[in-house]
Amino acid sequence: MEPVIFEERKTQIHRKGAEPFSISCNKSSLAGAVSQRACVFCGSRVVLYPIADALHLVHGPIGCAVYTWDIRGALSSGPELHRLSFSTDLREKDVIFGGEKKLHQALIELIDLHKPNAAFVYSTCIVGIIGDDLKAVCKKVQAEKGIPVIPVQSEGFKGNKREGYLAACEAMFQLVGTGDVSTISPLSVNILGDFNLAGEIWIIQDYLKRMGVEVVANITGDGRVADVRRAHGAALNLVQCSGATMDLAKMMQEKYGIPVIRVSYFGIEDMSDALYDVAKFFQDKDPEIMTRTQELVREELMALYPKLQTFRKDLEGKKAAIYVGGAFKAFSLIKSFRHLGMNVVMVGSQTGTEEDYRELAEITDEGTIIVDDTNPLELSAFIKEKDVDIFVGGVKERPIAFKLGVGFCDHNHERKEALEGFLGMYNFAREVHATVTSPVWNFTPRRRKSPITVPGASQSTEACTGKGRAS
Amino acid sequence: MKKAEPFVSTTNACKMCTPLGAAMAFKGLEGCVPFLHGSQGCATYMRRYIISHFREPMDIASSSLGEKDAVYGGKANLMQGLLNVIGKYKAPAVGIATTCLTETIGDDVPTILHEFRKEHLTSLNGQMPALIHVSTPSYGGSHMEGFHAAVRSMVAQLADPETAKHRGINLFSGFVSPEDIRHLQDIFAHFGLSATLLPDYSETLDGPALEDYQNIPGGGTPLDAVRAMPGAGASIEFGRTIKPERSAGAVLRDMYGVPLHSLGLPIGLRESDALFTTLETLAGCSAPRRYALERGRLLDAMVDGHKYVAGKKAIIYGEEDLVVGLTSFLSEIGIKPVLVASGGESGLLAEAVAAVTGEFPGDPPLVRDGVDFYQIVAEAEALEPDLVVGNSKGYRELARARNIPLIRVGFPIHDRFGSQRVLHLGYKGALNLYDLIVNALIEKKQEDSPIGYGYI
Ligand code: SF4
Ligand code: SF4
Repeated sequence: MEPVIFEERKTQIHRKGAEPFSISCNKSSLAGAVSQRACVFCGSRVVLYPIADALHLVHGPIGCAVYTWDIRGALSSGPELHRLSFSTDLREKDVIFGGEKKLHQALIELIDLHKPNAAFVYSTCIVGIIGDDLKAVCKKVQAEKGIPVIPVQSEGFKGNKREGYLAACEAMFQLVGTGDVSTISPLSVNILGDFNLAGEIWIIQDYLKRMGVEVVANITGDGRVADVRRAHGAALNLVQCSGATMDLAKMMQEKYGIPVIRVSYFGIEDMSDALYDVAKFFQDKDPEIMTRTQELVREELMALYPKLQTFRKDLEGKKAAIYVGGAFKAFSLIKSFRHLGMNVVMVGSQTGTEEDYRELAEITDEGTIIVDDTNPLELSAFIKEKDVDIFVGGVKERPIAFKLGVGFCDHNHERKEALEGFLGMYNFAREVHATVTSPVWNFTPRRRKSPITVPGASQSTEACTGKGRAS
Repeated sequence: MKKAEPFVSTTNACKMCTPLGAAMAFKGLEGCVPFLHGSQGCATYMRRYIISHFREPMDIASSSLGEKDAVYGGKANLMQGLLNVIGKYKAPAVGIATTCLTETIGDDVPTILHEFRKEHLTSLNGQMPALIHVSTPSYGGSHMEGFHAAVRSMVAQLADPETAKHRGINLFSGFVSPEDIRHLQDIFAHFGLSATLLPDYSETLDGPALEDYQNIPGGGTPLDAVRAMPGAGASIEFGRTIKPERSAGAVLRDMYGVPLHSLGLPIGLRESDALFTTLETLAGCSAPRRYALERGRLLDAMVDGHKYVAGKKAIIYGEEDLVVGLTSFLSEIGIKPVLVASGGESGLLAEAVAAVTGEFPGDPPLVRDGVDFYQIVAEAEALEPDLVVGNSKGYRELARARNIPLIRVGFPIHDRFGSQRVLHLGYKGALNLYDLIVNALIEKKQEDSPIGYGYI
């Protein structure tokens, strides 16, 4: 068979055990390779989108805005401005004469209409090319309207999603430090890098509340402009995810001296560790906090374990493949699968760093395929080679799994199931169980177990003449 | 009443961008891999969008331009990308559509492709795939312009002038569902007509479960069939708002003298009648009995259900040709279209709507082209519709906010299952839509009722 891996991409794939660890990453996607990745704009949109009381205006032709309209599962407990799709819908004459005037008018009318607490203006590829001065327009509107109007330098072609994260963090950092922090508790955190998919942030907030910790700002799930403005008053930043908001945390550490803890809320260990790390951090200020946290974890686990065991019975020994946006999520997923008795045989991400992949190589079993920025050809080949039972990914990965007769769990920004926290672990296990144990795989051509005869399977091209035994 | 003001900005667009339409059309050519010349994001976003509707793999390659390429031109990436796609997918055809970016930096795709063919013919062992290109700056129209332009490009660039005359018929059915395409194929077969449908994504975007993953799914209009189009006895093209410069049928008519029958999308009774009459003429026989029966059943249903729908007011939105067909159908069954809206801007919508509503009493519907959902919602306030008909995009602000049913048709449908299998066309499609509409209205009535009749 023809090799499916592009020569240029060989260094972006590592097989654990076969050779010493080495992987290249953070490269531009290969032309013609049908990458699963989007663009810089996508990165910033993902991060900033859930700030629900801000206006998110996409400056560019219509597509960039249309395809990002309310596709995420980020929920808000209040305003829902983020779920609308605003665009300057650039036309030919704007491209020729420049779109600054149109952008200005668009901002004014939208701000007047929706009264947002801030506006983010995303730059797209075209804007980068025609050279509109986003900064100048934003500054002008900010002066006219008296709300922060912040340009997001997210021209799609200027790199990959990671650059978009940075652009988003830079945009948000302009807000931080502009609000009043006088009433904030000494036991306080900001939640960074969580997008409140299916209300996950509310689960985490509940845990923190039970521990006696105040949440100053959600950045960015269920986010509010006013909270981001006073985020510098928190005692600690909790950063989840591979790095979508790590840059912001670093900026806040530098300027305001706020320490950072990296966390993950997926799976039992990582969720518990996250809470214990917070408790440890505040131990000096509140000696009781550790006891409260231990109680909380114990309570949650007591409820969770028996349920997990029933799923585990059916899942023991099954194989999983993971391809997600950020590599950090993959660590938690590997551990979560272990709780279900399952082995991860392939793991990859769109935006992992060398460090991320090295760590993945350390915690996975021999033979595991580790891959950066992949494509459908490779994914389908890996799934077949490893004969996996479940694939974890996003919408673009789903049909690949299903076409191969493999179960699938949706674990990206579009999911509508909460997968964080102890409750999330239960939901995850339930979903994995539902898909892996479905009877449909008994019938799909590639994996069917029973020797059933299928009409048409002879591949005969002759038309049926009706002269069967009955005639 | 809140007036729909002429806003500069767009809120919740009622259209998609040009290359998406082109990619859809290319997907309907056998063995063809759609390829967007631009930066990576556009291709990925469109893939995602299309996948969520069809629940099928949708590979769109990209030349993945980076910053330097945007400055110095995308030629190297396009050439490299093509080689990669051809090498790995073994594609017999690649459909190349430009994006806003490459249009703006002024890449000359035809010239680049010319050079590509010259440079790489030997390295590809003489196996040069068909490379079809279309210019699709998104700021020059909506996804429908891209769709039609790509169909036209396929015809114009593949047509073989030397082809012998044959008895086949060309059918350009437009942006319809896979189920619609399958139904059209059946109809032609029952008439004994051999038809070349372009594009045909009935299998490529609604494929069966198979033994192995297919890099390029089976199905699609065979390349040779497209090459032979100039020899056909006639072309049929659906769409009342296709401008001549975008029409594939017009190319064949003007360059090769193939007679063109321009029809509306056959949605509802009269527009389907127009198709069947045309087919009777082309086949030289009357329609097979099964269609007389289908038509009869449709009419029977229209009578049985007319009181459930009588006087109801509907808002219809989506692609221009789709809304024209739907307006025609709703008018026939006694539902009043009060607003017909589209993000498209062909300039032909009002006239086309007038043509299908003219014979019925009452005020003609408001017709709005080039609108977004913000404007549609603003108008809806005063119109007090009883139902909305269109894609999933009207759910939240339009249907849910008013607690009225949304009949999901067209593209995208990503909050329901089975969008590939929605049948809109022919008598059978009309009957399907009719059942959906009547049942939605009954369900609404039932749920709103304090009594909750279980026997209606
Ligand atoms: S840049 Fe143009 S082609 Fe790309 S997504 Fe945006 S509108 Fe569509
Ligand atoms: S035009 Fe640029 S910013 Fe917009 S989707 Fe395409 S790559 Fe992303």
